[in-house]
Amino acid sequence: MDGDRMSRALTRIAHEILERNRGLDEIALVGIRTRGVPLARRLARTLHDINGDDVPTGALDITLYRDDLMRHAVGPQPVVRRTEIPFSIDDRKILLVDDVLYTGRTIRAALDALIDFGRPRAIQLIVLVDRGHRELPIKADYVGKNLPTSLKQSIQVRLQEIDGADEVILEEGA
Amino acid sequence: MSTTEATATLTSRHLLGIAGLEAGEITLILDTAVAMKEIGRRAIKKVPTLRGRTVVNLFFEPSTRTRTSFEIAEKRLSADTLSIATATSSVTKGESLIDTVRNLEAMAPDMIVMRHASSGAAHLLARTCRSAIINAGDGMHEHPTQALLDAFTIREHKGRLAGLKVAIVGDLLHSRVLRSNVLLLNTMGAEVWACGPATLMPAGFDRFGVRATTSVAEAVEGADVVMMLRIQHERMHGHFIPSVREYFSLFGLTRDRMRRAAPDAIVMHPGPMNRGVEIDSEVADGPCSVILEQVANGVAVRMAVLYLLSGRADEGVLDEH
Repeated sequence: MDGDRMSRALTRIAHEILERNRGLDEIALVGIRTRGVPLARRLARTLHDINGDDVPTGALDITLYRDDLMRHAVGPQPVVRRTEIPFSIDDRKILLVDDVLYTGRTIRAALDALIDFGRPRAIQLIVLVDRGHRELPIKADYVGKNLPTSLKQSIQVRLQEIDGADEVILEEGA
Repeated sequence: MSTTEATATLTSRHLLGIAGLEAGEITLILDTAVAMKEIGRRAIKKVPTLRGRTVVNLFFEPSTRTRTSFEIAEKRLSADTLSIATATSSVTKGESLIDTVRNLEAMAPDMIVMRHASSGAAHLLARTCRSAIINAGDGMHEHPTQALLDAFTIREHKGRLAGLKVAIVGDLLHSRVLRSNVLLLNTMGAEVWACGPATLMPAGFDRFGVRATTSVAEAVEGADVVMMLRIQHERMHGHFIPSVREYFSLFGLTRDRMRRAAPDAIVMHPGPMNRGVEIDSEVADGPCSVILEQVANGVAVRMAVLYLLSGRADEGVLDEH
């Protein structure tokens, strides 16, 4: 997936959001750190270009909610980054944004984290790439691209804001 | 979860002091605390991170701020906590401490937070003990989480630590806050001035990496941060100062003395404050004062320390078997 296709996928998702939600007044975008955050910002920009509405956008760090955090007896801890949700999520529709949907464990953690901020009316999930292999009953509402993979392969999403280029790369594992 | 992720760790599995921490480790703790501070602003001020972990707070010296702060930090991370306050000074040093800890160890806590009147008590515990030890103040030696929360507060206001002039004024001899702060600020590249009566200045103080002076005016001149230390009546078993009134007139921080500091200088105090002894109420409650922010930041910094050490808490147990 190159930059052009990525931007078309995001534009399509923006149109789907408008189609499914009839207006944007109750909607907010929350990106999961790291790469969900710039994706959420891009969607907010695209929605603004189409509709003129400003959609509140936040960033969520799920590290402290991970289910594998204290399972390793020894070793370094994942770096905790800032969560910034500068609006109330109560009674809003929250669009959760991540780059890759894989086992579903990140999303499980994100759902737990969001509930600690309030009681949203609904939560919908947006992912750029769905690579399959779910380990939890979780499904995306908006998908940029379905990319069937084997467990040995790895998916790298690179974004201009973080990595200097827009691309999705499928790598063969060892 | 994501395949490429940043991880970080502290070299030691205990936090016994600032001594031994590198600049990168201090920055890691402060950066983690930034994320932790946000949790305190949420509707539900709790994350599930330390579920099933047990933390024992063992306080052999009176403490309100530090103990409460650790307890709140532990609860916000969902740890099971237990606080033991043994406010007695008649305990003999090594024997009773080791006995107490052996009993606690039988209940397999993951971390022990300890305050003790004897310098080096936390180090002793770290050698005897399987749990991760966090020093919450040992005698006149170190109080690392206080220095970390001070640094966090300074960084929030000044955006940096390097290159700042920090004046620390008061009872230099008995202060573990001073020692930890000097070690931390030196490591991070700040310029530290220490000021107090000659009777309360440790011997060989100039080798400690500070500029020592008995003149408050000189210490405060152009300072970005003015940190006041408490006159520790309980540790003074001699005549160090002629009278409280004379001390205030020579070393107390007044609005007049603060005029010499940088225009945007902040005033700090680790608490508990002796109003009218080391600090005038007008300054303590004035616009430059960040004293209550220090208390609020203490929780975030202690959450960061607990989180970073918890990844290593089982190492000792593994060694045993």
